Amino acid sequence: MTLTIHVNGTAHKVDADPETPLLYVLRDDLGLNGAKYGCGLGQCGACTVHLDGKAIFSCVTPVAAIGDRPVRTIEGLGSIEKMNPLQQAFLDEQAAQCGYCIAGMIMRAQALLDVNPAPTDAEIRAHMQPNLCRCGTHVRILRAINRVAGRPVRDVAA
Amino acid sequence: MLYGMLFLPGGALFALALTWRPAIAPIPVPAPGSFPAGMVERGAVLARLGDCAVCHTADGGRPLAGGRALATPFGTLYSDNLTPDPETGIGTWSAEAFRRAMKDGVSRTGSHLYPALPYEHFTHVSDGDLDALYAFLMTRRPVRQKAPANRLIPPLGFRPLLAGWKMLFLHKGAIIVDPARSAEWNRGAYLVEGLGHCGGCHTPRNIAGGEVRSRAYAGGIAEGWRAPPLDRSNPAARGWTPDAIYTYLRTGISPDHSAAAGPMGPVVESLSAVPEEDVRAIATYIASRMAGADAGSPSRPTPDDPVRAARLFPEGATLYAGACAGCHGPGAPMMGQGRPALGLASALRDEVPTSAIQAILRGIEPPVAGRGPKMPPFADSLTDAQVAAVLGYARSRYTDRPAWSKLDRAVARARKESAQP
Repeated sequence: MTLTIHVNGTAHKVDADPETPLLYVLRDDLGLNGAKYGCGLGQCGACTVHLDGKAIFSCVTPVAAIGDRPVRTIEGLGSIEKMNPLQQAFLDEQAAQCGYCIAGMIMRAQALLDVNPAPTDAEIRAHMQPNLCRCGTHVRILRAINRVAGRPVRDVAA
Repeated sequence: MLYGMLFLPGGALFALALTWRPAIAPIPVPAPGSFPAGMVERGAVLARLGDCAVCHTADGGRPLAGGRALATPFGTLYSDNLTPDPETGIGTWSAEAFRRAMKDGVSRTGSHLYPALPYEHFTHVSDGDLDALYAFLMTRRPVRQKAPANRLIPPLGFRPLLAGWKMLFLHKGAIIVDPARSAEWNRGAYLVEGLGHCGGCHTPRNIAGGEVRSRAYAGGIAEGWRAPPLDRSNPAARGWTPDAIYTYLRTGISPDHSAAAGPMGPVVESLSAVPEEDVRAIATYIASRMAGADAGSPSRPTPDDPVRAARLFPEGATLYAGACAGCHGPGAPMMGQGRPALGLASALRDEVPTSAIQAILRGIEPPVAGRGPKMPPFADSLTDAQVAAVLGYARSRYTDRPAWSKLDRAVARARKESAQP
């Protein structure tokens, strides 16, 4: 069945079963490989993208649920040549180790920064709670988000 | 003040006088070492059985230091600081003052306390247990933290009114021992009716916020979730035996029923760390209330009719396949771990959709040490109509219960309530 979804500001016609998870459509049909398949059960956050400005798990969101609500993926934030401030901060803080969770982490954090440009460290921690990193670079991830939040980058490990 | 009172009509003055309670003199903060260790330990268990820390700890705050916002139909209350800080806590409270607060709902200073502190249950707790609880609280590390001012609908900020509430709803006295029942059942009754204050959520409340005693355990509301009935009207498909209730209360999940969600999570967290015999006693008593007998309640059929459900809820079928079946579908990895099938979930069988809606919108957090069932929230991925469609489908597919009416509106209402702080 042919569906139209709006991703990163562009309307795309896709041929997919309506129950197909949005993640599969993004990766397989649109070639947007930033969002990752982690657990497939909405437990890890590697697949996080924005739907109507909110961070969602694209692995448990059927494409039929999207309707005309806008989807934004990490590719919609910036490019290798021209990163957005949060992507740049992740690079500057070397927040990725294996990198598998990072697109999800950035999208989760961006959803917070979009509504609250200067969150506290506690707000950042609470907001990032659903996303997992198995390498353990959480401290650098938090530093990167704090940097964009305009907070003095200090050791947030405590 | 005196002149003002002269102008009050005599009846009002008399009524006001009836509400008056004396202050109990402050005491020097007792030294923690003055309480026997055994008493403090017993108090620690009782505090867990009473879930004190659940309401008396702010999100991310110090345990028992209060300041948690409690949303009520009458406005927002902030819980008090139960640590022995002399200025902001209960450091200068004598054991007598503490007992009065628990049994009569009166603060040390003589002002009436709001029944968010469930003293209509705590009034049944024995003096010995209250003294142990006091010993536990007075040996915590004092935290200086003042609770924010309550924000209540006028005139409810006027505390003497609470004396009238108490005349109607505070029924003092010990829980009567039923000699025809086992010691375990009677222990359960004492814990459930007293410190456990289970009826605080599981009994419906009237317009004045009092528990409707004639409908004890007929089901209530807690923080936007449904507290299911714990009487014969409990909707479970499989009988709740004492063993099943014990497992549920101890671990947050019963393989024949469902997972503890919403405000029940912290209750399970507390009960996971009290003596086994106390949880067994609670289970025995609750099981008897559900069945009207000790044998547990009856079993009902759990159908699985995807064809009928898809015919009735075609959009729901699609959404279920993409959003739910990965965990809840037959053969899904989660189902291989002994998790209950959806047809067993009380929330899906309940006469009101409240908890089923909340589970989808807010998800389920594992109650004990981050282990156990964790359901992701769908509030930001599914619209109200989509949540209604998927719920209509799941109820039609997995239960023999009639379809819920006006689901869309119920979802919108639940979403609005969840959005409140």
